[in-house]
Amino acid sequence: MAQMNMVQAINSALDVMLGRDPRVVVFGEDVGYFGGVFRCTDGLQRKYGEHRVLDTPIAEGGIIAAAIGMGVNGLRPVAEIQFADYIYPAFDQIVSELARLRYRTAGDLSAPVTIRTPCGGGIRGGQTHSQSPEGIFTHVCGLKIVMPSNPHDAKGLLISSIESEDPVLFFEPKRIYNGPFDGDPHKPAVPWSSHPKGEVPDGHYAIALGKAEIVRPGTAATLITYGTMVHVAEAAVRLSGVDAEIIDVRTMVPLDVDMLCTSVCKTGRCVIVHEATRFSGFGAELSATVQEECFWHLEAPIARVTGWDTPYPHAFEWDYFPGPARIAAALRAVMERAA
Amino acid sequence: MSQSRLHVPHPPARPGETPDFSYLKISPAGSVARPDTRAAALQIEALGTAMVRVLDEQGQAVGPWNPHLEAEELRVALRHMVLTRRFDERMQRMHRQGRISFYMQSTGEEAVAVAPAMALRPGDMFFPSYRTQGLFVVRGKSLVDLMCQCLSNTHDMCRGRQMPIMYHWAEGNIFSISGNLATQFPQAVGWAMAAAIKGEDHLAATWIGEGASAEADFHHALTFAAVYQAPVILNVVNNQWAISTFQGFAGGEQRTFAQRGPGYGIPGVRVDGNDFLAVYAVTRWAAERARSGGGPTLIEHVTYRAAAHSTSDDPSRYRPKEEWQFWPLGDPVARLKAHLIALGEWSEERHAALEKELEAHVAACWKEAVTYGTLTEGPRLDPLSMFKDVFQEMPVHLQRQREELRRLLHEPDASGPRSDAAEG
Repeated sequence: MAQMNMVQAINSALDVMLGRDPRVVVFGEDVGYFGGVFRCTDGLQRKYGEHRVLDTPIAEGGIIAAAIGMGVNGLRPVAEIQFADYIYPAFDQIVSELARLRYRTAGDLSAPVTIRTPCGGGIRGGQTHSQSPEGIFTHVCGLKIVMPSNPHDAKGLLISSIESEDPVLFFEPKRIYNGPFDGDPHKPAVPWSSHPKGEVPDGHYAIALGKAEIVRPGTAATLITYGTMVHVAEAAVRLSGVDAEIIDVRTMVPLDVDMLCTSVCKTGRCVIVHEATRFSGFGAELSATVQEECFWHLEAPIARVTGWDTPYPHAFEWDYFPGPARIAAALRAVMERAA
Repeated sequence: MSQSRLHVPHPPARPGETPDFSYLKISPAGSVARPDTRAAALQIEALGTAMVRVLDEQGQAVGPWNPHLEAEELRVALRHMVLTRRFDERMQRMHRQGRISFYMQSTGEEAVAVAPAMALRPGDMFFPSYRTQGLFVVRGKSLVDLMCQCLSNTHDMCRGRQMPIMYHWAEGNIFSISGNLATQFPQAVGWAMAAAIKGEDHLAATWIGEGASAEADFHHALTFAAVYQAPVILNVVNNQWAISTFQGFAGGEQRTFAQRGPGYGIPGVRVDGNDFLAVYAVTRWAAERARSGGGPTLIEHVTYRAAAHSTSDDPSRYRPKEEWQFWPLGDPVARLKAHLIALGEWSEERHAALEKELEAHVAACWKEAVTYGTLTEGPRLDPLSMFKDVFQEMPVHLQRQREELRRLLHEPDASGPRSDAAEG
């Protein structure tokens, strides 16, 4: 076991997989010599050579297309898109090609590509360095979608993603690369070393895709969330005094419907929280699923707390960000409503 | 006073006008030098504006690009091209009869698929475009399999998931055809990069239309191929027409498509795409270069789309009906046939016999293919199979949806989840 922040945990996952499997190749913009703008691939090119860890041209569509070709030719590519905000030039290659190759060839051809990409706000990145586009991709058939909320999960989930025969989009909430964030930007930063999930095994371990986790057991309500918002939700629960059960989704596709709905059927109340915008966001899918599966157990309408339906505004970051106060208010509101 | 100007390209002739190919620069057969395969891209830039041609007007193979193939190889090539054309004609007719939903013929441009496929090795990977069925023919994919794909029947390699002609053949090293154009171009570069990473001797070859070369994926492919010196052959099939827009709308008025190569540091070779021998020789040159560490080559195949874009297209609405008759580079099948006859290795009688034999073969293949079902009759694929292969293992939500469809299929009165509630 070692203390690791999320960057180190991701680096460790890549290191483990490059060491175990000669088919694994890691590439992207600034990924090679420099080690990535967030340092996630630091030292890997020196250790594994420039045929295994490569810099690429600034062309996200080319990066993903090349990854598909490599995957078809027997490699296990791990491509980095430097910011999730930059993923759109690769949209066609991801949606029309990578996601559907196995399907359109009835299983004869496939590409086990993992796409890592830092996402989310809270870093003064404005509208081009703060987006959370996971919901756009959960709508695509054939992609597995993962977003860890801590170093321990990040390493185990990334290893599972690389080992998956299916393509995986692995979203890394960059606000919590260096420490958990409770939603209050005025507090001093807290390092991962102070958090139990900052304890990370050195070697290989896998966390199965498709399994959510109860972060905080509770009886009064169920709070479903993922990524950075797991930590904000914990702060909101403390603030509200509501004994909410917090569930970290971890894998959006495939979704652990059983865990979510078992909890909601038990508590009868549900708040869904994500940083991404609300309209047609992943919360809408969560809300619909909970309603279909738990309708007769619900004591109050399902509430969603999300980013506002505007582009991510640079100067109004903390008015935009769904912080603890908004989540706490939603928790209180679902408690006040009687069936 | 000067003024800016918006130039909207116009083809030389529209319906009712006289076809005019005077814009086409054609080099005499045998006139273009064949450089060493190790030559630097910028030293051989002239290959992008000239046109490599081997077959002359008398049907003789001339000049430094003559690949000196044995007569038997030439007869095999002719057979592949004729078979491709007979196959296309049969499938076009079957569409007219309502037996298949869609088709795309490769009439007049058979050589740009057949010649490279013969010039490369079985271990080389092809990333085809939608008009390169000759690749499958050369590699020996059964026509029955191709027909079954077009029929979406019980033997369909795609299990009814793709519209006709979107073939693939993993064992034959042919990638899946995509309806989203140009995507295969940078994928082929990635495949070639992997071959180099693994230290293997295989190369990738890919095809794109000149129209689709306007897509960003074309630029991605050339950039990545040049940066990593990937062992890949990038074929632009300039058949003059992208549905109704002529090659000027992809930038062909300003420079040739082959000339784009040197801009990236990649050799660009312009070849007579209706000259089997020239296409074969240029492909061999590019393959030798790639296999010896020389990296990628961009090849522009100058040809003409003699047929409609697809069965959904009527070219008489945008180009002169008789345009193909004016096409100065002729018909690749007729030219190879004339060459073999000039060599004394072929005759009209043998050709007629070949046509008859292949016509019968295609008819027999169709007869077999329809026994596996058509869209309207015979055995059908199980609709429940549509949930397979979205992921390697079927996740719970798809299992549930499959069960919902199963209930609908087996209990027509039931209507999905509501039936559970009613029963409960």
